[in-house]
Amino acid sequence: MSSILKKMPSWLVTLPLSLCLQTGLKAETVARYGISMADIPLTTGQPDRGAGAYQFTGHTIYDPLIAWEANIGTRPGKLVPGLATAWKVDPKDNKKWLFTIRKGVKFHDGSDLKASAIVWNLDKVLDDKSPQFDAKQSAQVRPRIPSIANYRVVDDYTVEITTKSVDALFPYQLPWFLIGSPAQWERLGKDWSKVATQPSGTGPFKLDKLVPRERADLIKNATYWDKTRIAKTDRIVLVPIPDAMTRANALLNGQVDIIESPPPDVLPQLKSSGFKLVTNVTPHVWPYHFSTYPGSPWADIRVRKAANLAIDRNAIVKLLNGLATPAKGQLDSTSPWFGKPTFKIGYDLPAAKALMAQAGYSPSNPVKAKIIIAQGGTGQMLSLPMNEFIQQSLAEIGIQLEFEVVELENLYLHWRSGAKADMNSGKGITGINLGYVTADPFYALTRFVDSHYTAPNGVNWGGYNNPKMDTTLDTLRSNFDTKVQDALLAEVHQTMVDDALMLWVVHDVNPHSLSPKVQEFVQAQHWFQDLTTIRMK
Amino acid sequence: MLVYVLKRLLYALPIALSVTVISFMLVYLAPGDPLNAIAPADAPVEVIEALKIAYGLDKPVPVQYALWVWRALHGDLGTSIASGRAVLTEVMGAVSNTFMLATIASIIGVCVGCVLGSLAGYQRGTWIDKIATTLSVIGVSIPHYWLGLVLTIVFSITLGWLPAMGAGPGGSSEWAWDIEHIRFLVLPAVTLCVIPMGIITRTVRALVAEMLEQEFVIALRARGLSNKTLFMHIAKNTAPTVLAVTGLQIGYLMGGSILVETVFAWPGTGFLLNTAIFQRDIPLLQGTLLVLCMIFVVLNLLVDIVQPLIDPRMGRV
Repeated sequence: MSSILKKMPSWLVTLPLSLCLQTGLKAETVARYGISMADIPLTTGQPDRGAGAYQFTGHTIYDPLIAWEANIGTRPGKLVPGLATAWKVDPKDNKKWLFTIRKGVKFHDGSDLKASAIVWNLDKVLDDKSPQFDAKQSAQVRPRIPSIANYRVVDDYTVEITTKSVDALFPYQLPWFLIGSPAQWERLGKDWSKVATQPSGTGPFKLDKLVPRERADLIKNATYWDKTRIAKTDRIVLVPIPDAMTRANALLNGQVDIIESPPPDVLPQLKSSGFKLVTNVTPHVWPYHFSTYPGSPWADIRVRKAANLAIDRNAIVKLLNGLATPAKGQLDSTSPWFGKPTFKIGYDLPAAKALMAQAGYSPSNPVKAKIIIAQGGTGQMLSLPMNEFIQQSLAEIGIQLEFEVVELENLYLHWRSGAKADMNSGKGITGINLGYVTADPFYALTRFVDSHYTAPNGVNWGGYNNPKMDTTLDTLRSNFDTKVQDALLAEVHQTMVDDALMLWVVHDVNPHSLSPKVQEFVQAQHWFQDLTTIRMK
Repeated sequence: MLVYVLKRLLYALPIALSVTVISFMLVYLAPGDPLNAIAPADAPVEVIEALKIAYGLDKPVPVQYALWVWRALHGDLGTSIASGRAVLTEVMGAVSNTFMLATIASIIGVCVGCVLGSLAGYQRGTWIDKIATTLSVIGVSIPHYWLGLVLTIVFSITLGWLPAMGAGPGGSSEWAWDIEHIRFLVLPAVTLCVIPMGIITRTVRALVAEMLEQEFVIALRARGLSNKTLFMHIAKNTAPTVLAVTGLQIGYLMGGSILVETVFAWPGTGFLLNTAIFQRDIPLLQGTLLVLCMIFVVLNLLVDIVQPLIDPRMGRV
């Protein structure tokens, strides 16, 4: 045998050997992602830290029943099957929804996905008597699935969910509700703190390592049920870097490959150093939400419209180094729900002054208004400079703004309480500046205009009450044809803009900066992003 | 000595208790809501109420405080509202990271401060004195945040010699004392050392200058003692004050610098406090403050114990 080997040309032995070794030792592809949060979001199933956290420890480790298409950047995504292959409303009782659960799906721990697991997860967040109930996870998701009244297992692969009232928009709530493994919770002694370090979902990534406040390693789930969404990178390391300048420095230094929200001032340096800037239409708006209660200066529609016409939004975009787009309403004009508002929002100073004159105000006889703003924070963009810009702009047409500046956490308290609450009305506050997520019909539109959601029952902060709007919303909730739904949502948005419910300023573009080592990253037009699209060189 | 140590320990107890009371009150006086750490911004009233009950925040503040103190006395600092992790684990992890950083920063600050201060004290009025004094003033007054950024731009981005952030390639849990990890310590430690360096330089300069005017020094010189021996005498006489100042400085550094740890994403106590304050995470804030307070008290106790060993006169006071 050895003599045969000796007689063979050496390349005949070494080539196959080296090829085998190369295949076996192929280096793991790693993407290091500098995220803007101070800690890794909750990993037990329902991420904390807002909508932006779902892309990191939500839709990576877990799947929802109905998912949001997040692997496309050229158009708005849509609802797509997740762990439910189909869903339909019961024709006899429109409050009942039947979900067909996907067969053959396994959790990361090897257990099977069945209808009982879905109900177990619903109990986890909605039934405080259930042993698996987790107050922290419940707090994250309960506000996002407000329609659910009760639920039950029909058979191994069918779940029935009943809504409190007829709600045709209910499926839009489900991408927020993620499914974890009951078996893993049992195996880990029914201890959620242990599940946090060894979570088990059905998602395209598994959690390999968690160092609180420092890093979380997600590794590819090679056996993921959706073969079109197998991760293109073997490992994604999430690194919390809350300071924007530090994030940019880490990228420039090569310690991370992707960062979110680079500081506008560093963009020229990033671009000149060969880093790519990726932006896209994003469901976010930076507005002033007005109080329309009697006594508020914004109760007069002419003042609201004048304010909307007095802002040079292009100048604000310039202030942000291009990291925003001018707002023409609550939604971006490319949204299928934008509609055709008759009130065209733009920069028209003479028209704004004329409206103010009709309302009885001018720069020499200004109307005074107090707006509560945050000094900064998630979604607030460059809060103070932008607010000062608006203050100067509105002064030109006779609106004299005064600011009450608070921390973002405190601002949320003022927001939840509503304009009528003593903490706002008692201080003369008639407007609030808070960045809004506008990802789905509820988040973008209905929660702000439904009179039933007037704060503190919801976040209709300013007490907007339009019976015509309420009727449209009722029609919308009882109509199961998605085309009709889209038309009705467009009507809702049109009315919002025509009523100038808010002063809409700009939309965020969710900027990401990528090192040249990142070959591909699809940025969806959403806060949900699909990290399986990241491909490294 | 034992009585002295026990007395000092007894002093520490009311200090620790006062710190917990004051910090508890301050957190409640500050606007905001601790439930913001867990509840989404648009959480409805019933969710907020359920959370208050789940986390015991529905109880009166004095009751909450008493319960917390009772648990703390049993070694349980509670659970972080925001992360759901044990506060003690969170704090001790952060303390060990800051301890590492503070120790290196203190060593650099004390060594450089002593050398510069001694040189300035010996060479009063000369250019050496002026340079040392200028450096100490810069050290005390330079904004840390700015210095950290400048050092990062120069040494991390332009030269590419050192990492810009973090506590090691695999995070602090995989820390090892090798070059690959120590590189991560350099910039934050240098940034953090400038204040103790400045303060110690000024202290040592003043002490040495004052000492050189003392009659015993003139007498020692008259006896023909060498400069080296003379320096040893001066060093021994300045040591207790320098030690006291150093103890305080290490205590401050152990508190972590919120700005420096944020600039370098260093997972220490400053970073932890920053997060806890912004999230109104009361158990975490309380636990961190208590542990830091105890470290500060223990450090001062150590200084109080060591001082009489260096200067026996202090033991007689």
